[in-house]
Amino acid sequence: MNTSQTGTRQTGTRQTGTRQTGTRQTGAPRTGASDTGAASGGRAADGPWIGRALPRVEDERLLRGHGRYVDDIRLPGTLEAAFLRSPHAHARITRIETDAARAMPGVRAVWTAADIAGLAPVVNEAELRVPEPLRRELDPLVRSLPHPLLADGRVRFSGQPVAMVVAESRYLAEDALEAIEVDYTPLPVVVDPDEALLPGAPLIEESWGDNLALEAATSVGDPDAAFAGAAVVIEEEFRAHRHVASPIETRAVQAAPGAYDGRLTVWSNTQTPHRLRDHLAQTLGTAAEAVHVVAVDVGGGFGQKGIIYVEEVLVPYAARQLGVPVLWREDRNENLTAASHAREQVHRIALAADADGTLRGLRDDFVVNFGAGTFTGLVVPYNSVVHLLGPYRVPNVDIRVRAALTHTAPTSPYRGAGRPEAVFAMERALDRLARELGMEPVALRARNLITPGELPYRTGLLDRSGNPQEYDSGDFPQLLRRAEEMADLPAVRERQAALAAAGSDHRIGVGFAVYLEATGLGPFESARASVLSDGRVRIALGTPSQGQGHRTSMAQIAADAIGVPFSAVEVVGGDTDTVPYGVGTIASRALVTAGNATHLAGRRLRERILAAASARLGVPATELTLDGDAVEHHPTGVRAGLAQLVAEGHELSETAHFHPPGFTFAGGAGVVVVDVDTATGEVTLDTCAMAHDAGRIVNPVIAHGQIAGGVAQGIAGALYEEMRYGPDGQPVTTTYMDYLVPTSAEVPDLELAEITTPSTLNALGVKGLGEGGAIAPQAAIANAVEDALAPFGVVVRRGPLTPDRVRGLLREATGTTAPATV
Amino acid sequence: MNVGTGPRRAQQPPLPEPTAWHEVSLTVNGEPVAAQVESRLLLSDLLRQRLGLTGTHVGCEHGVCGACTVLMDGVPVRSCLTLAVQAAGADVRTVEGLAGDGEPLGPVQRAFHEQHGMQCGFCTPGFVMTCTALTGRAERPDEETVADELSGHLCRCTGYQNIRAAVRQALDESFGPQEAE
Repeated sequence: MNTSQTGTRQTGTRQTGTRQTGTRQTGAPRTGASDTGAASGGRAADGPWIGRALPRVEDERLLRGHGRYVDDIRLPGTLEAAFLRSPHAHARITRIETDAARAMPGVRAVWTAADIAGLAPVVNEAELRVPEPLRRELDPLVRSLPHPLLADGRVRFSGQPVAMVVAESRYLAEDALEAIEVDYTPLPVVVDPDEALLPGAPLIEESWGDNLALEAATSVGDPDAAFAGAAVVIEEEFRAHRHVASPIETRAVQAAPGAYDGRLTVWSNTQTPHRLRDHLAQTLGTAAEAVHVVAVDVGGGFGQKGIIYVEEVLVPYAARQLGVPVLWREDRNENLTAASHAREQVHRIALAADADGTLRGLRDDFVVNFGAGTFTGLVVPYNSVVHLLGPYRVPNVDIRVRAALTHTAPTSPYRGAGRPEAVFAMERALDRLARELGMEPVALRARNLITPGELPYRTGLLDRSGNPQEYDSGDFPQLLRRAEEMADLPAVRERQAALAAAGSDHRIGVGFAVYLEATGLGPFESARASVLSDGRVRIALGTPSQGQGHRTSMAQIAADAIGVPFSAVEVVGGDTDTVPYGVGTIASRALVTAGNATHLAGRRLRERILAAASARLGVPATELTLDGDAVEHHPTGVRAGLAQLVAEGHELSETAHFHPPGFTFAGGAGVVVVDVDTATGEVTLDTCAMAHDAGRIVNPVIAHGQIAGGVAQGIAGALYEEMRYGPDGQPVTTTYMDYLVPTSAEVPDLELAEITTPSTLNALGVKGLGEGGAIAPQAAIANAVEDALAPFGVVVRRGPLTPDRVRGLLREATGTTAPATV
Repeated sequence: MNVGTGPRRAQQPPLPEPTAWHEVSLTVNGEPVAAQVESRLLLSDLLRQRLGLTGTHVGCEHGVCGACTVLMDGVPVRSCLTLAVQAAGADVRTVEGLAGDGEPLGPVQRAFHEQHGMQCGFCTPGFVMTCTALTGRAERPDEETVADELSGHLCRCTGYQNIRAAVRQALDESFGPQEAE
């Protein structure tokens, strides 16, 4: 096992970079103490485990087929649920007839809205809360539309649950869905967010009088003066299109009431088990202790499993009502149409600059399509606001965001959560400005990047928590330089000119995108570190893993903090019985929050172990060392085993909370070189490279895997994936034959360069990196395609850049009427 | 596992199933299995629910994602698009059959581990079974064939780079290092 297994190209790039820049790299087997940016209170002391490319402890069970995903749990007598869903985007329900369904073979129960009238609708309260300083300073409009568990009188999107059937098998439950009769009176529909905000648009919630779910505005400096006095102003409209996170494991939940105590055990593939526990307890009218939520193995989340869904409440409800285990696993069609969607935003953005390209001001007025719900309030819209400026110095800013309800599936965060959308608008606008100024786009960026000497840097905006937004650490110019080197820009420009001169059908283009990512969302995460009766150590966390390898990386952190071998540590994430409080694995926060909580709990446990051994052996703690599963008094060689100390009654357990003092900023610069076949419209990635900074890296293999996976999802959105609706609100891309998740054939190898500026806001120096990879590719690829097609006058305003769309752009720009290739 | 003589019986379904029932016999991971199945029962559900072999995962149920891939008489098939009755008489191999309890991981499994060709692990058994079929061929499949076979699987986590590296490692181990072209 060694680091070269992360890919020789990656390793090679890192090593080159080390020689050129002298920046400390993390690909080495061991990470030394940082020499920069130590947090007050000091950087975590070095241990032997953090920084090592250890192979994952998760893998073996998964590779043997011994994983335990929700649908793998089959308790005796488990019934299965299925949902009847609305075929209409907007309709009044005038009649529901379920008698025939109830009489079907194997059917145990059927529920409609009338049967559950006493159950509260779902409100994702934690996500809808507006931090007090934000409320005070910006006074945003944030409306809440409670989500009925089953459609009550009216359906608001195609796919909304109307009835739940529970039967002896999923086959029989689905048979019974066919026997439920529902009369619908279709109503007018609106799917476009701009149209939804026009007077007279069909309403999603009649009592509101309009479809405006959210509005916030903020400004910095004097934008009017900046625009009035600028040498150059560009103004454009850019659209981020609708995506589905599309984890390969669909949503699933199983609930079982305890045979003797009635306590409800809920296995869910949620990213936020403690929130689900509290929500279920509240809705079902029980104490939180009477609900036990376990996130077992989870087959990818990417944000889609980070909110509470109606099905997650209805299935436990059914289990309680029937007194038997009930299981529901979504099918792919349901996942594409009824699980949350994401990303759809329309930006009207303007940049003002001096003649030399120095940015004077930014204006952006953008609209977010919320769909038929207010799942997460400000989270995505305001995340876009605070990521618009990115790593650039922009002294004057004016931003307004509005969110519109439409008759489409509700939206929620998806990997990036407003960042890829904002970066698409900003980085596209920068390329338009560069063209207007006749500048090399990379030179325009370099001119405006905040330099390390300016850090910590305040943008003048308020962050998501309502505190002044402050970039804590980073080296943005170096990120851009590294990306530029990987693209070999002079060679690309030369080849580009030659192809143009030859009038080739194939054109190449280069595109950059630089981003920052606020990571480590609060308010807290907790970790419980305990010596078990056999002397091993268990770390219990509120953050479940959906494939991020927490059992490995958190164990590395714990082993260093406590001073025990990595192999002596086991990690449990996402079981509400093992740690009482938690938030979850969302928002690139687990490593920062749960990682530092693990570190704190581990340090305290170490002290506790040494104190216990000191008392037991009657020697000073300063003469003791932890050696494997025992404490040794080094002058005499006398030992006290950890298991022995526990057996004798020493309480070797510590729980620690970590409250991040602010967001710590990760960042990156992506660059792609594309080949565009102007005859077919096909876009091929010749180079796909990323320079990134996620602070101190705990496990390089895992970290690079996270980045590569994020980049692949960015490429997917740039070139292939789009969740589409017809004007009647009917979803069009409802299978994997239509919603095009790319395969191995479409995703090229990623060239990765890494710089490390440790976070100044936590003892480990770590930053989040789960979402980072997905932020830059859409903007970089759009910039590259526009660069390739610049001689034709093409402007790219939205993705995905499918062959058909590229041909359409060429036809439009050149005024030809050649038919589209399909 | 199976105690006594005769084939292992699949868990008897107590279902009031409206379709016809069939008695099927097949081999699963080398073990004879007999099961009474309804006409419409999918092979994936026979394996997962009646035989408890939950290592085979179901991701899309329409034959695109490849997570449910198993080997039927040595050939990768989508168990979500295969009826259990179609497997009558067949030799079915699932991810659980690649390395027995107490045995080390097989070469394909080990390659996915060593190359970090997996994250959440949900798509992994499908990739591993397709790769197992590739390594079991008489001759090393060419690059185009390998790329084509891999494109029958979706992975949402890894970005595929490490999966390709894992497959290369497994093929190198089976056929010797690839000759430079």
